[in-house]
Amino acid sequence: MTTPAGVAERLTSLVGALRAHGMRIGTGESVDAARAVEALGLADRELLREGLAATLLHGTGQRQVFDPVFDLYFPRGVGGPEQPAAGREDLRERLAAALAADDRALMLRLAAEAVDGFGGYGSSPESDGWSSYQTLERVRPQTLMARVRDDVRARGGAPGFTDRLLEDEVRRRIDAFRAMVAAEARRRVAERRGRDEIARRGVRTTADRVDFLFAGRDQLAELRRTVQPLARKLATRLAARRRRASRGSIDLRRTLRGSLSTGGVPMRPVLRRRRPARPELVLLCDVSGSVSGFSDFTMLLVQALHEQFSKVRVFAFVNRVDEVTGLLERGAADPEGLAARIQGEAGVTGYHGSSDYGMALGEFAERYEEAVGPRTTVFVLGDARTNMSDPGLPAVRRIARRARRVYWLNPEQRSRWGTGDSAAPAYAELVEMHECRTARQLSALVGRLLPV
Amino acid sequence: MFTSVDDVSARLAATGYLASPAVATTVFLADRLGKPLLVEGPAGVGKTELAKAVAEVAQARLVRLQCYEGVDESRALYEWNHAKQLLRISAGRDETWDETRTDIFGEEFLLTRPLLTAIRGDDPKVLLIDETDKADVEVEGLLLEVLSDFQVTVPELGTITATRRPFVVLTSNASRELSEALRRRCLFLHIGFPDEELERRIVRLKVPGLDEALARSVVRVVGALRAMDLRKVPSVAETIDWARTLLALGADTLDESVVRSTLGVLLKHQDDVLKATAKLDLDAL
Repeated sequence: MTTPAGVAERLTSLVGALRAHGMRIGTGESVDAARAVEALGLADRELLREGLAATLLHGTGQRQVFDPVFDLYFPRGVGGPEQPAAGREDLRERLAAALAADDRALMLRLAAEAVDGFGGYGSSPESDGWSSYQTLERVRPQTLMARVRDDVRARGGAPGFTDRLLEDEVRRRIDAFRAMVAAEARRRVAERRGRDEIARRGVRTTADRVDFLFAGRDQLAELRRTVQPLARKLATRLAARRRRASRGSIDLRRTLRGSLSTGGVPMRPVLRRRRPARPELVLLCDVSGSVSGFSDFTMLLVQALHEQFSKVRVFAFVNRVDEVTGLLERGAADPEGLAARIQGEAGVTGYHGSSDYGMALGEFAERYEEAVGPRTTVFVLGDARTNMSDPGLPAVRRIARRARRVYWLNPEQRSRWGTGDSAAPAYAELVEMHECRTARQLSALVGRLLPV
Repeated sequence: MFTSVDDVSARLAATGYLASPAVATTVFLADRLGKPLLVEGPAGVGKTELAKAVAEVAQARLVRLQCYEGVDESRALYEWNHAKQLLRISAGRDETWDETRTDIFGEEFLLTRPLLTAIRGDDPKVLLIDETDKADVEVEGLLLEVLSDFQVTVPELGTITATRRPFVVLTSNASRELSEALRRRCLFLHIGFPDEELERRIVRLKVPGLDEALARSVVRVVGALRAMDLRKVPSVAETIDWARTLLALGADTLDESVVRSTLGVLLKHQDDVLKATAKLDLDAL
């Protein structure tokens, strides 16, 4: 291997950081990556980035973790920019020009200057650092919006049809600049604190490994975008399970047709396909604030899978229960507003706004008992935190007796079940309870537990 | 096959395939490291076209295996020609069994399917395994031997090893997660939507009659549609279709009525059309 010394170490620590984010990269891939470095050389950083991505990654979602980690291990430069940043107004002036021209290279340089000039905090060597938040607060790129728009308009001449797209385009450019500032700040911090630590802590992990309970707004939005592809994958998996489960009488026509290749001797009998029974599904979701991210995602996923079942009914509760199947069907086009619509249009709260499992489950067993039958699989979604009220175990027992299966998906960490006001252990004695903290866990569980 | 990444871009461009730096780099590495290339991405961004373009550049024969649910060994690898074997047995009545047996399991009676075809012979080949995710999991196991060692074992004939390795491209639409084992053996390439400048060049190349300003507007509108939260965002193929439509209609600038009447070329769901109409203010005349 003729790669320069030091590159091998850097490569292996890059791989280490990626593994810390849950990517499964074997030694074989590391060797391939080194061969890629050898073939591509170190002259062009973007080529190197693509080469390493091609050899180390296995899936599309991993790229958003890879890029920031790569930026840390193969940084664009060392230290701050050559000339220190001029005044704030001067920087904003030049930034406006760069945004108007959509000049990415210049924006990158300005991001470096901005972090250098306005992002530093602290004075002692242990506590100082670089903050992208502080930089953006002081440069305020979003306030350049109107100016950039007018700039481009003035230059573009006659307003045409595409004029109306301009504002969104400028907004996307500003977002790109914000991302550049964040990357630059991370790089500067890493120089001070050590690369490995920042690569492990400072880079956001893939959306499907984020805890539902701690996911931010944009992460939830990102998760929602994955609902359709995920549903398609799960549907394929269900179809495969169904095929394997097919048993039945011999299909004479297809058996004879298949026997032609063995000289008319039917060596391999072909079985008649069993008509899929298409089981029924009932979803009972806690939509109170603490777990609504989890419930939303699961409801959308099940809705996307509805073709797989003869009937899907969805109920939501906080302390009262109401059916939201209709809301969900109409809401397929606008998943963002789902939670708000459920809170607004369905009667899920009475008297007070905190969740009460005993009351809600009891009401469900009373009012909607006919929804649950011997072909129904029931999924209960919630953290089982009852706010110290009665957990309503008889109602759960009643539902469990009527249904084919009852599963409880709990978005809380297993070690916290039973702490404080959690009634999880009591429920877990009656029905099967699974920990379901991330989208990845959920898709594994759904693929395994959904009836075929 | 290629001397540098720029060489890849230039030669692919000469066949009419404009590659992004990511595509060019990965193709170059696949050739250098001799590894198969797994291409994923939304429909209509040119995954299959890439394989065809590489075949044209390398002046190689394109061998294509189209995967579907239920594709099996006899469709992918090889099959014995039973009918011909039976004819051969009944034609040679006076032979001893030993003579017949060695004869009917010869090359003459072997029907080669794409995977075997790709590794036999000395001429350069590009093997395209299209829509790998549509095939069943068992077929992936079949691919592993071919892709890692470029060999196929036929029990009656022995192991056939490639004398000249084909350039392998696998495409996938991610309707099923491919197994780790298969992914490990491949270089991974995600082809996303091209950036504005590249897409403009693609449109200009594929629809030469369209003028520069209109091409720019077309690409900007498509970019805006992609930023919306639609069920099916328009892909490069749709952009080109739209550009052709505009050319056929003789439109030289975009305006509300032209866009509204041709939006069906770009968007395939009624929900999406309604949403885009609202967001682009097409109603406000």
